[in-house]
Amino acid sequence: MPPCSAQCGKNAILKRPKTGDTLCKECFFEAFENEIHFTITRAKLFKPGSKVAIAASGGKDSTVLAYVMKLLNEKYDYKLDLVLLSIDEGITGYRDDSLDTVKQNRDDYGMPLKIMSYKDLYGWTMDEIVAEIGRKNNCTFCGVFRRQALDRGAALLNVDYLATGHNADDIAETVLMNILRGDLARLSRCTSIITDSGDGIPRVKPLKYTYEKEIVMYAYFRKLVYFSTECVFAPNAYRGHARVLLKDLEKIDPAVIMNIIQSGESLKINENANMPTLQKCTRCGYVSSQDVCKACE
Amino acid sequence: MHITVEFGGGAELLFDNKKSHDVTLPEKDKEWIIKDLLIWIKDNLLKERPELFLQDESVRPGILVLINDADWELMDTVNYVIQENDRILFISTLHGG
Repeated sequence: MPPCSAQCGKNAILKRPKTGDTLCKECFFEAFENEIHFTITRAKLFKPGSKVAIAASGGKDSTVLAYVMKLLNEKYDYKLDLVLLSIDEGITGYRDDSLDTVKQNRDDYGMPLKIMSYKDLYGWTMDEIVAEIGRKNNCTFCGVFRRQALDRGAALLNVDYLATGHNADDIAETVLMNILRGDLARLSRCTSIITDSGDGIPRVKPLKYTYEKEIVMYAYFRKLVYFSTECVFAPNAYRGHARVLLKDLEKIDPAVIMNIIQSGESLKINENANMPTLQKCTRCGYVSSQDVCKACE
Repeated sequence: MHITVEFGGGAELLFDNKKSHDVTLPEKDKEWIIKDLLIWIKDNLLKERPELFLQDESVRPGILVLINDADWELMDTVNYVIQENDRILFISTLHGG
């Protein structure tokens, strides 16, 4: 077993995909947390004294995000008021179980939790919608509903920021998808660490440069409990292809993930390019890039 | 040879939702390496959709492997020589977010 690259004298337990360093458990925790702290401070993600909602699904990314945000907030005195915000899509055998994990996070981390449900917001659960329309494009409009539900929850909680658990692999995947689709508007937005959703509450991604492998290893070695069942409805096929492609490339060289993010960040969209402008959906009045938003469609 | 094989992060769904398996590997002429174990798992433990677990004589990219709580990338991955009482854990990173 190789020794820890930090020369602390212990044996390594992990090879870092980003740097190739071999680290022991304690040095890995420190490197992992420090890098997220560096990401937060370099991008000036949060103003001291502000209130932050963490979008919590009970999955690995948001569980690790909530844990690390609480830890860094205390360690570096960010003076943030942290709350958990979850969306209940109404998917039996999936979201009901994962919400139990979020409730466990609430108790373990001592953070208040707000749950917004599709049923209350839209009058329908995902189970009811799929029973009515069948299995087609479920992920697409469920995603649109969830975005809106998170925005409304964040507004209701009166927070200054909404933090999501998007990791480096997710962002690289999205860059690839937007290139494959030729979606320039999304391509230029998708690597931003802060995005404004249109109603004034910025969304931030503190795990933007954190590899999925390290998130899962961190959760494992910190013994964080998370929920890991695939949604019962058809998975997003297109994202699935981008994901398989990315994972295959990562096996050859883990640096591709950072390289794709960097390429996405450096791209400049030609000013003559035809860009959609944000407007209001003519049916529900919510922000949309088309006359009728994806949810109403 | 006795070892423990474990699954987590959603990988257990391919194994009847059972997370921990006490395994006795049969005697053979040469040493057992992880590559042999993967074939043995496919033939003896895997219940469904082998393509979600295996790819090109290794695990599918996105599945992490820990040998006695250490990253298998520190130990020559599929060529690691398995020892008595080893604990080998497969964690899927492919589920949910």
